[in-house]
Amino acid sequence: MNITEILFWLLTAVALGGALLVVTSKNPVYSVLALIATFFALSGHYILLNAQFLAVVNLIVYAGAIMVLFLFVIMLMNLNTETEPQKNKWLKLAGTIAGGCFLLVLVAALRDADSKSTMALIGEGDTGLIQNLGKALFNEYVIPFEISSVLFLSAMVGAVVLGKK
Amino acid sequence: MIQLAIDLAFVLEKAILIGGIITVSLVVAMYSTWAERKVAGFMQDRLGPNRAGPFGLFQPLADGLKLFMKEEIIPNASNKFLFILGPGLAMLTAMMTSAVIPWGKQIEVFGRTVDLQIADINIGILYIFAVLSMGVYGIMIGGWASNNKFSLLAALRGASQMISYELAMGLSIIALLMLTGSLSLKTIVELQSASGGWWNIVYQPLGFLIFIVCAFAECNRTPFDLPEAENELNFGYHQEYSSMKLGFYLFAEYINMFMSSVLMATLYFGGYDIPFVNDASLIESMGMNMVAVLQGLSLFLKAAFFIFVFMWVRWTIPRFRYDQLMHLGWKVMIPLALFNMLITAVVVLIRENGWPF
Repeated sequence: MNITEILFWLLTAVALGGALLVVTSKNPVYSVLALIATFFALSGHYILLNAQFLAVVNLIVYAGAIMVLFLFVIMLMNLNTETEPQKNKWLKLAGTIAGGCFLLVLVAALRDADSKSTMALIGEGDTGLIQNLGKALFNEYVIPFEISSVLFLSAMVGAVVLGKK
Repeated sequence: MIQLAIDLAFVLEKAILIGGIITVSLVVAMYSTWAERKVAGFMQDRLGPNRAGPFGLFQPLADGLKLFMKEEIIPNASNKFLFILGPGLAMLTAMMTSAVIPWGKQIEVFGRTVDLQIADINIGILYIFAVLSMGVYGIMIGGWASNNKFSLLAALRGASQMISYELAMGLSIIALLMLTGSLSLKTIVELQSASGGWWNIVYQPLGFLIFIVCAFAECNRTPFDLPEAENELNFGYHQEYSSMKLGFYLFAEYINMFMSSVLMATLYFGGYDIPFVNDASLIESMGMNMVAVLQGLSLFLKAAFFIFVFMWVRWTIPRFRYDQLMHLGWKVMIPLALFNMLITAVVVLIRENGWPF
């Protein structure tokens, strides 16, 4: 086992453990913190795949900005285990069955996908580096890129309009 | 049995480097507390600490000892795990920035050439922003876990302040990146220290001004120390903290201050570049290790100057009101930074393509 493999298994364990904690912990603040830990582990995976820009942007945008917003809302509403409404047990059962079906469909759909046989490039391949990514975004994918920025602009304008009301 | 293939010398080298840098930052932060009181004393025409040791130099040690000896109080109604996690996170994020800063060029030890930088990643600046945005959590978690209304309010204030000023800071950095064309801090320093290269402050005076104001806000220093505004929020987000946990919060502020001083020196003032001297020819006449020492010293002197500016401002300027703070951040800093970005972009384009009209 070399360092890359050790890191891979470590990060995988953290990511899966964190994701499980998000769902199972009673306190919503713990859930948010576990989700942040999961994002960190995923960023570690991106770095192993040599996609440094994606890794850092994942941290800045998701762990740094969106999760702070989540935490703001949860802290201000002071959600606790006591205030959480108890779900109907039939509802829980239905949820479990629906989730299981979804898992089944996903496994069946992805079973023959080509990703099974392709090896991930670890520590090589340079499309994830910032220069190459920038060139690809502004040459090949310039129209989708600009359209997504228009989407962001409309979201911002919408937020301002709602805020003015 | 699983074979472990790890380059031990590499791991050892990095471990020693990390240990050294952390020790240096802690010692600098420790003596910043002493320097802060001395500067405050000087500005208010008094002596400052002068009892413990010569010139009061042992004062930080005495303070540390006092904090360790204090009773450790964890409020009953608090969330104990998060209450302890808060100061830990604050300290951790404060230290993490040091990983991408180049502290000197290279040294030679036992035939190995060692870069005086923990990790030269090609997204150094983005890494720093990621760490900065993590800094909010220490404050928020600490404030919320105390289960105290004042702490929560202060934490929310602090978090929104940090998020608001991060934007302007990022925009001011974008203008710098357009000039250097690289996100690696090492490349940025090398461009500045190359012969014929000027420090970035010459090209980006407005960007530096925005950056330093935002750095004050990010470190929660006066005039932006609203999170701990004593006279309205008692003691801010660390009101319920005592003993060394309080010490960690206070200490993290000084480490942040040191790190942002080093960052300002690196980005705008040539980093480890020794001014008025050609470093490359100096290496030939003095040897690599000697020059590395001088370069480290030069970076520390620059950082020390910025730390002094931090203190100077703290004891000169009164605190903003909250609405003034938000007004400054969103309606002054961000438009200014955007304007700076636009001007820089136009200049860079014209320099590359010539005057097209």
